[in-house]
Amino acid sequence: MYMYDEIDRSLVDDRVSQFRDQVTRRMSGELSEDEFKPLRLMNGVYLQLHAYMLRAAIPYGTLSSEQMRKLAWIAKKYDRGYGHFTTRQNLQYNWPALEDLPDILAELASVQMHAMQTSGNCIRNVTADQFAGVAADEVVDPRIYAEIIRQWSTLHPEFTFLPRKFKIAVTGSQQDRAAVKVHDIGLIAKRDGDGKLGFEVIVGGGLGRTPFIGPTVREFLPEEHLLSYLEAVLRVYNQLGRRDNMYKARIKIQVHETGVESFTEMVEAEWAQIRATAVDLPAGEKERIAAFFSLPRYDIEDGSSGKLAEQKRDDLDFARWVDANIAPHKVSGYAIANISLKPIGGIPGDASSEQMDAVAALADRFSFSEIRVTHEQNLVLPHVREDNLYAVWQTLKSYDLHTPNLGHISDMIACPGMDYCALANARSIPVAQEISERFADLERQHDIGELKLKISGCINACGHHHVGHIGILGVDRKGEEYYQITLGGSGAEDASVGEIIGPAFPYASVVNAVEILVESYLDIRNEGERFLDTYRRVGKGPFKEALYGTD
Amino acid sequence: MALIKNREITEDSWVQLDDETPVPSEGGAIVSISRWRKDRVALSSRNAPIGVQLESDNGPEDVLDGLDRLDLIAVPFATFKDGRGYSTARLLRERHGFTGELRAVGNVLRDQLPLMERCGFDSFQYVGGTEALVALKAFKDIGAVYQTAADRRASAAALRNHPSQAFSNGTCG
Amino acid sequence: MTQQVLSANRLRDGIVVYLTRHNTWSELIATGEIVGSETGAADLLVRAQHAAAERVVVDPYLIEIAEIDGEIRPIKYREFIRATGPTIRPDLSKQNYLRDAKEAV
Repeated sequence: MYMYDEIDRSLVDDRVSQFRDQVTRRMSGELSEDEFKPLRLMNGVYLQLHAYMLRAAIPYGTLSSEQMRKLAWIAKKYDRGYGHFTTRQNLQYNWPALEDLPDILAELASVQMHAMQTSGNCIRNVTADQFAGVAADEVVDPRIYAEIIRQWSTLHPEFTFLPRKFKIAVTGSQQDRAAVKVHDIGLIAKRDGDGKLGFEVIVGGGLGRTPFIGPTVREFLPEEHLLSYLEAVLRVYNQLGRRDNMYKARIKIQVHETGVESFTEMVEAEWAQIRATAVDLPAGEKERIAAFFSLPRYDIEDGSSGKLAEQKRDDLDFARWVDANIAPHKVSGYAIANISLKPIGGIPGDASSEQMDAVAALADRFSFSEIRVTHEQNLVLPHVREDNLYAVWQTLKSYDLHTPNLGHISDMIACPGMDYCALANARSIPVAQEISERFADLERQHDIGELKLKISGCINACGHHHVGHIGILGVDRKGEEYYQITLGGSGAEDASVGEIIGPAFPYASVVNAVEILVESYLDIRNEGERFLDTYRRVGKGPFKEALYGTD
Repeated sequence: MALIKNREITEDSWVQLDDETPVPSEGGAIVSISRWRKDRVALSSRNAPIGVQLESDNGPEDVLDGLDRLDLIAVPFATFKDGRGYSTARLLRERHGFTGELRAVGNVLRDQLPLMERCGFDSFQYVGGTEALVALKAFKDIGAVYQTAADRRASAAALRNHPSQAFSNGTCG
Repeated sequence: MTQQVLSANRLRDGIVVYLTRHNTWSELIATGEIVGSETGAADLLVRAQHAAAERVVVDPYLIEIAEIDGEIRPIKYREFIRATGPTIRPDLSKQNYLRDAKEAV
C-alpha cells in the first residue's frame, strides 16, 4: 500500500499545525463559529446530536494493521471505545472533544493518516473496490488511480469552495463493488481494442433528495489524461454549478439541468485546453505510485493443500462461513476473507477497540498486515492463504466477528440515524437490529440468498437506501418515526434507483413489512433468482399487494 | 480592512469609482465591469492605471476584450464559501496571460489567503477577524503542494521525478 | 405557550448542555431552566448568545418540553435522544436524566 514520503508527511503535519492554530483561534474568539465551521469541516469535524464527530479518512478503504491499531487506540483514549465504519470507507468517532482534536489528528498523522476533506464542499475521500489488487476479475488495481486522485484533490487551491461536496469512486472491474454509478464522478477502468488502459467516465450520479444513476460522459479516457479530465469537470462545476440552493447544488443537478450533451461539450471544450499541460502527472510518478500496489510475496505451493475442504467437512459452522464470506482471489491458494461487522442484532458497521485490535493482529499474522474497509460497512483481509482460513475464523469467533452473512439480509447498511445524527428524522439502527433478529436463523438467510437491505434515517441517504434491493427511508410523520420502503434498487454495475412501494410504515410494523416482502419473494421466485431478479421480473405489483392488500 | 499585496500590508494606491464619478486624470482607478464595457475605449486611453471589478457571476470571458490594457482586475467573493473566483483567477493568469494586479475583494478572510495566492491573486482586501499582520502568516500554512497552479510552485510529483526541472511551465492551458 | 428549555453544545468538548437558572450549563436536562412565556424564552436566548460569544457554548436553541410527573421531557423525540443518549447504547446514556439532579447544578 502507499507509503508517504517526506512531502506527503510534511503536508499532513502542516495541516495538523494549521488546524491546531484554527482551534486556538476559535477558542480565543478570533474566529467565529461561522468562520470556523467550514475550516473544521474540511478536517472532518462535525457538530452532531450528542457531541462532535470526527470522520477519519481511510483512502480507498485500505488500512495497515498499524493504522488499525492506532484507530483502536484513539477510540480508547479519546472516545468511548468504539468507531463506526461508513459507506465511504471512512471511520467515525462520535465523542471527541474539540480541544483534543489537534492531538487526535497528530496521532493519525503519526501513522500516515488524516481527516482532511472528509467533509465540506470539497473533493472527499476517493473510494474504490474493496477487493482491489486481489479481485479475480480486475483490469487494473483501481487504488493506483485512487491515490493519484487523492493527491491531486488534496488542498486543491481552485476546488476548495465548491458549490457542494464532491465524491469520486473508482472500480477496476466490470463488477462494481464501489457503486461508481451513484457518485459525482465514477470511473470504470477498461482496456480499448488495442489493450490500452483507460476509464469510462461517469458524471452526475448521486443519491440523496434527487437520486440519479450517473450518465457516461466519456466512454474511454486514456489513463494518462485522468487528472486533466477531472480538472475540466471540476472547473465546469466550480464555475457554473448552482450556488443558490444547497439542495440543488450537486453536480448531478447541473448535469441534469444542463443536459448530458451540453454538459459534456463544456467539459470536453475545457479539457481540450488543458490536456497538454502540467495538470497530468509527469513521467515516472504514476509508475512510482503503482509500485506500492504490487502484490505481497505470496507463499505459493503447488495448488491447494486440500486442508480447507477437510476442515469444512469437520466443522459445519466454519464451512458456512467460508461459503458465505470468502470471495475468489486472483491467486490460486489464496482467499479474500470478508469480516462481517453485522452480528445478529448488532449495530451495523460499529467496531470496538478490542475488535479493531483483533483484526489488526489477524492481518499481521495472516494478511501481510493489510485490511480493507468496504462501503457496505464490513472489513476484509485480502491476502489470506486458504490453509489459514480456519485459524482466522476461530479468532473471529471470539470477537463476534464471524457472522457468515455477507450479502445476506442481515448484512445491512444502516446510517447512524437519529440515535447519533442531527439531520435524521428517524432512527435506523434499532430497525436494522430488529430485522437482523427477525432473520437470525442463518439457514433461512442462506435460503433467501443475496438481499441487500439498506436503511437511511433521512433523505440525505447516507445509508444508500435508494440502491437497496430493499431500501428503507426513515421519515417524520407528525413527530412519529415512519419508514418508507423502496424496492429494486442496485448500486452495482446494474445500477437502478429503488421504487417507492406504498405508504410508509410506523416503527412498530416496519419489520413485519420486511418479512412479508421476503416471504412474497420466496413464494414467487424462480430457481436461481435473487430478490432483485424476482422484483425486476414481476414488478412491484405482487409485493404491493402482499403489503397493502388489493384496493 | 487592510490591503495585502505581495504578502505585505500596504497602502492602497487605487481608488474605487462608482459609475457616476468622473475618472480622475491621475492615479489608479477601478471601475465596475459594466462601466468598463460601456466606456472601454475612453478608459483605455487613460494615462494612468485602470482596473476593473468583476461581479460574482462574471468569468474570465467577460473581461477578455481589452484585457491587455487592464492593470488590475478585482475578483469579488460575496461570501468566502463562493469558490468561483479561484477559477476566474487561475484562468486569467494561466490561460489568458494576465500579468497585472489580481485582487481578491469581498469576504476575504485569513484561511483563504494561501489558496487564493496559489490561484494567482497577488493582492487581497483583507477583512478577517485576525489582525492583518498576524494573518500574513497564513501564506506559510502549507509547504508542499500536490498540484500545479498559477503560482508555479513545484508540485510534489515534479519534485519527486524531475527535481532539476522543478520550476516547469506549470500552466493550465 | 408550550414550556421550553434552552439547549446547546459545549464548545470545548461538544457535549450537550442545558441552561440552568443559575446561568450555568448542565449536562442534565432535569436542571434546565423552564420558561413559559415569550419574554422568558427571549431572555434564555440572550443569556445563551452571550455564552456563545464568550466561547462557552455553540449553537444554542430553545426546545419544547413538558413536565410529566415532575420530570422534564422534550416533546420532540430527537430532543429526547439528545437529552438521554443513543437509544441503542444504554451504557452511553445519561443516567438519571429525568430525575431532579440538584447536585448536578
